[in-house]
Amino acid sequence: MNLYEWMQTSLFLVVLLSLIKPLGTFMAKVYQGERTILSPVLGPCENLIYRLGGVDRDEEMGWRRYAWAMVLCNIALFAALFIMLLVQGRLPLNPQQLPDFSWQLALNTAVSFVTNTNWQNYSGESAASYLTQMAGLTVHNFVSAATGMAIAIALIRGFVRRKAEQIGNFWVDLTRGVLYILLPLSFISALGLVSQGVIQNFSPYRSVTLLEPFSYQQAKVDAAGHPMTDAAGKAMTETVNVSEVRLPMGPVASQEAIKELGTNGGGFFNANSAHPFENPTPLSNFLETLLILLIPGALTYTFGVMVGNTRQGWALLFVMLFLLMGAFSVLQGAESYGNPGLAKLGMQGPNLEGKELRFGLAATNLFTVATTGTSCGAVVAMHDSLTPLGGLVPLGLILLGEIVFGGVGSGLYTMLAFAIIAVFVSGLMIGRTPEYLGKKIEVREMWMSIITILTAGIVVLILSGIAMLTPQALASMANPGSHGLTEIIYAIASMANNNGSAFAGLNGNTPFYNLLGALAMLIGRYGPAISILAMAGSLAGKKYVPPSLGTLPTDKAPFAIWLTLVILIVGALTFFPALAMGPIVEHLTMLGGG
Amino acid sequence: MPKHSKQPTSAFNPELIRGALVESVKKLDPRTLWRNPVMFCVEIASLITMITFILSVTHANQDPVWFTAAVSVWLWLTVFFSTFAEALAEGRGKARAASLRKARTEVTAKRLERPEFGRPHTVVSANALKKGDCILVEAGDMIAGDGEVVLGAALVNESAVTGESAPVVRESGGDRSAVTGGTQVIANSVIVRITANPGETFLDRMIGLIEGAKRRKTPNEIALEVLLISLTLVFLLVCANMSPLSIYSVRAAGQGTPVSLTVLVALFVCLAPTTIAALLPAIGIAGMDRLFQKNVIALSGRAIEAAGDVNILLLDKTGTITHGNREAVAFIPVGGHTEQEVAQAALMTSLADETPEGRSIVTLAKKQYGLHDEGQAAGVESIAFSAETRLSGINVADQKYRKGAADSLVAFVKLQGGTIPHELEIVVDKIAREGATPLVVCRDQEIYGVVNLKDIVKSGIQERFRQLRSMGIKTVMITGDNPLTAAAIAAEAQVDDFLSQAKPEDKLRLIKDSQEAGFMVAMTGDGTNDAPALAQADVAVAMNTGTQPAREAANIIDLDSNPTKLLDIVMVGKQILMTRGNLTTFSIANDIAKYFAIVPAALLSIYPQLGGLNIMHLASPYSAILSAVIFNALVIPALVPLALKGTAFRPLPAEKLLIYNLLIYGVGGMVAPFLGIKAIDLLVGVLV
Repeated sequence: MNLYEWMQTSLFLVVLLSLIKPLGTFMAKVYQGERTILSPVLGPCENLIYRLGGVDRDEEMGWRRYAWAMVLCNIALFAALFIMLLVQGRLPLNPQQLPDFSWQLALNTAVSFVTNTNWQNYSGESAASYLTQMAGLTVHNFVSAATGMAIAIALIRGFVRRKAEQIGNFWVDLTRGVLYILLPLSFISALGLVSQGVIQNFSPYRSVTLLEPFSYQQAKVDAAGHPMTDAAGKAMTETVNVSEVRLPMGPVASQEAIKELGTNGGGFFNANSAHPFENPTPLSNFLETLLILLIPGALTYTFGVMVGNTRQGWALLFVMLFLLMGAFSVLQGAESYGNPGLAKLGMQGPNLEGKELRFGLAATNLFTVATTGTSCGAVVAMHDSLTPLGGLVPLGLILLGEIVFGGVGSGLYTMLAFAIIAVFVSGLMIGRTPEYLGKKIEVREMWMSIITILTAGIVVLILSGIAMLTPQALASMANPGSHGLTEIIYAIASMANNNGSAFAGLNGNTPFYNLLGALAMLIGRYGPAISILAMAGSLAGKKYVPPSLGTLPTDKAPFAIWLTLVILIVGALTFFPALAMGPIVEHLTMLGGG
Repeated sequence: MPKHSKQPTSAFNPELIRGALVESVKKLDPRTLWRNPVMFCVEIASLITMITFILSVTHANQDPVWFTAAVSVWLWLTVFFSTFAEALAEGRGKARAASLRKARTEVTAKRLERPEFGRPHTVVSANALKKGDCILVEAGDMIAGDGEVVLGAALVNESAVTGESAPVVRESGGDRSAVTGGTQVIANSVIVRITANPGETFLDRMIGLIEGAKRRKTPNEIALEVLLISLTLVFLLVCANMSPLSIYSVRAAGQGTPVSLTVLVALFVCLAPTTIAALLPAIGIAGMDRLFQKNVIALSGRAIEAAGDVNILLLDKTGTITHGNREAVAFIPVGGHTEQEVAQAALMTSLADETPEGRSIVTLAKKQYGLHDEGQAAGVESIAFSAETRLSGINVADQKYRKGAADSLVAFVKLQGGTIPHELEIVVDKIAREGATPLVVCRDQEIYGVVNLKDIVKSGIQERFRQLRSMGIKTVMITGDNPLTAAAIAAEAQVDDFLSQAKPEDKLRLIKDSQEAGFMVAMTGDGTNDAPALAQADVAVAMNTGTQPAREAANIIDLDSNPTKLLDIVMVGKQILMTRGNLTTFSIANDIAKYFAIVPAALLSIYPQLGGLNIMHLASPYSAILSAVIFNALVIPALVPLALKGTAFRPLPAEKLLIYNLLIYGVGGMVAPFLGIKAIDLLVGVLV
């Protein structure tokens, strides 16, 4: 990295870390129902929502009711979006007259947005109307994020409460999350993005005449999309002359902010954050990267405040930060090293394929680890074009279970499930019935934690196996070979872990990926979410065990290191053989000059 | 020092090993093996490779026949090693149970109609005795069942139960009245009231426990099993996933063969946490057995594990911190009486007092003041000590002789209109401050003086409390003494806290409050009045010399009646958990090396580049996979001694202990298989 990149990366970390405490404290106040500076303005709105919804804000729920409310709310939102996509062509705010979604694509998309995955088997500018983007997708960006946060907060209450049955009120947690946290932050960030040139309009797409028309050769395809060959069996090409391009427009900034802030990642345009209208300048890129990590990071502090020991939150944050920066270093190293095969041909230097030069290498890599470490999935570069080892980094971050900051709420609760497993084994190793934050870890907590951390991995193992034996699944591949294997594993991992980024190079809009993907996203989201709520209920019912000399402190370095090892070992053991046949063999091939 | 049992103490005694070999083959029965789900999966895996081998003899397979055969053999050995470890751990207990059972056989009893000496008795079989029956036991007789001495005192040889050869005194009244079926009276005769029906006696329970018939998995063991089963499931899927991925890769690379079933099965067994799963039952059994060696019987594995978590230890002062009995050492007169008069009055109050303190008063009065009690016992109404009045004594010829703690006795005297000598308080305080017990003596409303009962703190007890403190366990002394006395002894013994003038309900409340605050409470006790508190405590250790109710309320029984044993129990409890945790970490850490051995070997025909991952430079793909399988099997017997002995416990703070164990079992677990697999590969290379 050059001096400028060092400074940029350091500045980023300083800004991020300095925002953790104030935002974390604020969120703790919000969820504990305390007055905040926003209460005078938003309090009446909040009350109005409860009155309209018939919610008694003081009525607490047991874990079953809480989970039930969460599921009902999600089903209703799913249904609304599903229908909206199916009849999009007949709805207003559709200046391009975009047609209805097919039912499979609508199903995949609705599941994708309700589960905070934002996997997109469609391309935003050519398939989704402004109404769909704003009233459909953006609403989900808010609610799915607030749902994740509510679940995390319910789990924290489980740790905090003693011999209690209730873990909070889902409707209140959801409303507060949207109203006090997501809306104000999105509003401010959207203004910031607009200042950098992110567009916000309802105009029809614009045609622009090029100052320098150009032409290029492209493969000739038949009606079915297959490449055509001439009599000699060679691929036929045709020349395309370009003198005019069409520029898609739309209300981008308002969706862009929540896309990052809620770790949603569903881009307005197909190119996502690499598109100049979504992410025009290095400063907007800095802001977007920051927004991705902001809430998941600050939630660790909220956790610390609520359990009465902020060091507990810092310990988790530093585990996340260590993994993030470790991943960043590997990615930066691999991409700077470039491809030795190309170097032999005289093309020295870093691997710049698929990257936006206006952001540079380090900022692109930072965004890439941030978006895959969290369950965001917005992209600023083509992950498909990374070096094999570089591509392993985002894939690895997803396969770890989205805990390197992780999704809003889901990152924290999955990390806490890992912490419980780590506490269990280390507790045994020091000869005590394991306890975390004063709560004994017993059979039920073990089951729930294990379901939380292993569900996505199990889905990936099963579905990738099925995909490899299914011709329709293999037909979607653009690059057969070990790279194609990586593409499929990445796609399934991205959906099962609710990340939503695509490695690219794989056509996802097929019945196989639309339906199996929807299944993966559902299991990957609700398996852990409901387990976590069940665990919150069981933890809340336990009494508190005060720490003694024999208790392992979970807010100090040895535990943080142990937790990091547990995360890495679980991830490595689960996916080593699959990765050996994908990026690892590709890397060895590249080094061997193959 | 507790003497250890004369039973075989080494698990590696040839006789025990022979027995274990037979047992371990029986344990291969899938109907029993499914209780250990991980090993059950390994057994199925062994079966699959065996079938593959049989088929490969007739139908050519992609792997060489010798390889399939060798993998199959070593997988069966893996299962066998695990059942062998369990059988070996059970062996010692079985040997002991057999000797206990001998003690129970064919005992007859002399049943009495009424509990009085000199009555006619009928001889019945021990099995015919019911709860409440009274039996006469004379010198040389076996005691036919559990019970309590209601009349008399005798010397009892309890070695059959405790392994302790020195006989102990059992006598009516007080806290040493309980006798155990199967023990033998050596001198004197006693009348015993039976307190347990046949088949429910202490000995029966013990035999059941030792044989493991009633051994249940502890919650902690189940939680660990949840983790192990989940990991096994994941590894099963990892291997299942490898098959389609390798089929695709063959097509993509245009060379090689997909990973064979034998290799997948071998990989699965190597990855599954077989090491810990194989040794898990042995660890628990061996832990209980180690306690037996220390003459402690845990009535459940749960109690031992709970002992590892104890934060607060309640110790009955008497017999635990101090040498059982207080002894009268002086009579101090007050209110113008003479020593002789005090001694006389004290003797009268203690005539009917069967407690050791009462007797020590009688002894002192007789020895030092030449008093005697003959002829005075007629027409005596004895007033027994109760926790409510906290006074005892006798009524004789309209005179009330009483003794008791100062405050109770003063209240008694005042009630009768007596006056309190002004120097009483000074005398009482002085004795109390010295850590001794002042016992005030009166006749009717007249206070005669004070008996100085001296309490002697056991030597070396401070060191044990210091160790407990370093493990984060707070010690609380419980005593019926007044606060001053209690404070003096607490200071001398260096306990952290004390509860003085404790009535049974005070003890119970203390335990409940501590539990409410989230602490795990252990308590040692022996008296009947301890029973409610014992029943409430998380870990309740009853002395074998204690009363039957106390023993029934407890979940751990100390046959040596040495209350500081709790330290050993805590240690064993922690050792069991630590051994499980350490072996789990070791088992999982091993997987890294196994991946480096097997994955490149399995995929080499498809991607020769993956040879770069063969960092151990193993000779050939087949020898690499076989070496990993062999290592995985051999590590089980290699770790059996560790599982049986338990990992060493060091009284370190939690964090240091974790780092220490992580370095040994985590880092060691990563490195060991690299060396082991390489070494085996070299050997296999010589043979093949």
